[in-house]
Amino acid sequence: MREIILEQTDRLLAEEAGVALLRRVEAGEWPGALWARCEELGLPLALVPEAAGGAGLAWADAAALWQVLGRHAAPVPLGEAMLAHALLAAAGLDAAAGFVTLGTSAAPFGRHAAAVLRHDRGHIALHLPDSQVPHANIAREPRDRLTPGPLIGQGRLPQGWGARALRLGLALLRAALISGAARQALALAVEWANTRSQFGRPIGKFQAVQQSLAVAAGEVAALEVAVAAAARAVDRHGMEGAAFEIACAKVMAGEAAEAVAARAHQVFAAIGITEEHALHHLTRRMWAWRDEAGSAVTWAREIGRAALERGGARLWPDLTARDG
Amino acid sequence: MRFEVPELPAGAAALRAEVRAFLAEAGRHWTPAVRARSWMGFDRAFSREVGARGWIGMVWPRDYGGQARSGLERAVVLEEMLAAGAPVGAHWIADRQSGPLILRLGTEAQKRRLLPAIARGELAFCIGLSEPEAGSDLAALRTRAERVPGGWRLNGRKIWTTFAHLSDYMIALVRTSPPPEGGSRHLGLSQFLVDLRASGILIRPIRDLLGEESFNEVTFDNVLLPEEALLGREGAGWAQATSELAFERSGPDRYLSSFPALAEGMEALRGAPGAEAAVGRLVARLATLRQMSLSLAAMLEKGEDPAREAALLKDLGNAFEQALPEALRALLDPEEMPPPLRALLDDLVQLSPTFSLRGGTREILRGIIARELGLR
Repeated sequence: MREIILEQTDRLLAEEAGVALLRRVEAGEWPGALWARCEELGLPLALVPEAAGGAGLAWADAAALWQVLGRHAAPVPLGEAMLAHALLAAAGLDAAAGFVTLGTSAAPFGRHAAAVLRHDRGHIALHLPDSQVPHANIAREPRDRLTPGPLIGQGRLPQGWGARALRLGLALLRAALISGAARQALALAVEWANTRSQFGRPIGKFQAVQQSLAVAAGEVAALEVAVAAAARAVDRHGMEGAAFEIACAKVMAGEAAEAVAARAHQVFAAIGITEEHALHHLTRRMWAWRDEAGSAVTWAREIGRAALERGGARLWPDLTARDG
Repeated sequence: MRFEVPELPAGAAALRAEVRAFLAEAGRHWTPAVRARSWMGFDRAFSREVGARGWIGMVWPRDYGGQARSGLERAVVLEEMLAAGAPVGAHWIADRQSGPLILRLGTEAQKRRLLPAIARGELAFCIGLSEPEAGSDLAALRTRAERVPGGWRLNGRKIWTTFAHLSDYMIALVRTSPPPEGGSRHLGLSQFLVDLRASGILIRPIRDLLGEESFNEVTFDNVLLPEEALLGREGAGWAQATSELAFERSGPDRYLSSFPALAEGMEALRGAPGAEAAVGRLVARLATLRQMSLSLAAMLEKGEDPAREAALLKDLGNAFEQALPEALRALLDPEEMPPPLRALLDDLVQLSPTFSLRGGTREILRGIIARELGLR
């Protein structure tokens, strides 16, 4: 199941997304055709249990799918929709038609949403949207302030989801998206380094360029592991039970975003910062996503506060106790 | 490159508890200087105790003194040892690479003679690779062994050989025939098990910046080696030596070397401005590096050769263990630190330049990663 969905999504985005659509979406257009194809394939319900009409993906599979979205800088809020439907299903609510956005203060693609999900300490409420104040992140993805309209459904998440399920889920989503985008930015930089010639040879032949991209590759690999570990922890211990691993993944995502974006741009030099180049669709997303659902400093503080409270003698035992 | 997040085997938690209890007792009097050195510290008595518990060569078959445990169980033992700052240097190299090499390539007689003694913590090995003119460019090595009746005659010089002055054996990579005209310098190299008591061997410790003797210059002057000193196949030395790189570069010694300072520093850091975020970043990276290292242990267990992944892990891990002491020093004025923490950090600051040198320099590792990316 996992492989089929990943492949389908990859193919869909390769065929129907791309820089032209990214530009239009960043200019404010709703990617209606692409969204319709996502719905046809049942992707927004991918995390919903099969019994409730979804694909029943594990979180580990979802994270892998989000990495595919990140690689394509997918101009469609599919990850957010998957998370919304996972929460709705867990709270016993029927799947809503159309795109369901998350929260009201910086709702992803909120202006295009058919419904808005609000989460407050385990309580899930689904509203029709009312008015909105448009806003966007630095990737020019809509992040709108919404006034919720009529309530159309409500329920409670089971215990294991915890009081901040939406924030943790979003943090995992953003970390996974960043890892995909970083992997792709690195691939583009490698391709360019092998193509662009200066001093009579490809710039990728220069050790300075090689070593810089090797560092970027290390950060990407580490982030991928952190994301996989976090998603697996959600599958095993529930959303709140995976808070430590999600926090680690978001910290690593923030650090990878910084390192990989900077190094990729350095390799591309001036051409990479032109509007017509594809690179900035990835790098601006990495810069935007690292700040959403808690930046690296926020999650690092959470990890550090707990560790300092527990004390040095507990640090290693606590870390290894999370293996099970 | 792929890192699968591994599952630890069912018995891992119990084994971990057993190791931890042993270390709590054994480590009661370890000074900060001992813990700062950990795998860079040599303590035969401690190694014999570890061996007595079956924690050296534990993945080897029972016939050769091993315990036939899994690679992930071994990884649990190793990471517990290093997290505690245990002085494992007297058996570390033999357990990590010399023993596995002998197990894979040795004759039955070599295996029976050496492996059980290694597993008991009684035989220490050093690695004879670098030479005065052959550092990162290892294939430039000049030490040579010539066939003589009944064996080999060894001449040349190894340098920077950690613990040669304290070890029983060296596994040396030397030239046994000239490289073919216009051919690869990797051809014509062979590995030998050199008994360091043989006559004609001069081991001269080289005092390091700490004022200590841990590495050496080893001179071979017409050293006669018996026939059975050859390890593996004549001429296959390069492939044999590089086949162990994944073992050498993937373990917890590549990211945990400074960990004792982090554990020690937590109490003093409580309340220091910026400590929460800084410690959180360190812990997040530590947890991630640990998963990567365990992932490599799982790959090695399956018989894969994750040499490139290991290069990446070592580079990332070395950067972490070098940055850690500085991160703590950035949070707390060393003059205001509790003495044990200050002592640990003072030693680690001086030890840490070697982290990205030994076992493959940062530049060589990044070259390997770059090639894997498709550059050059």
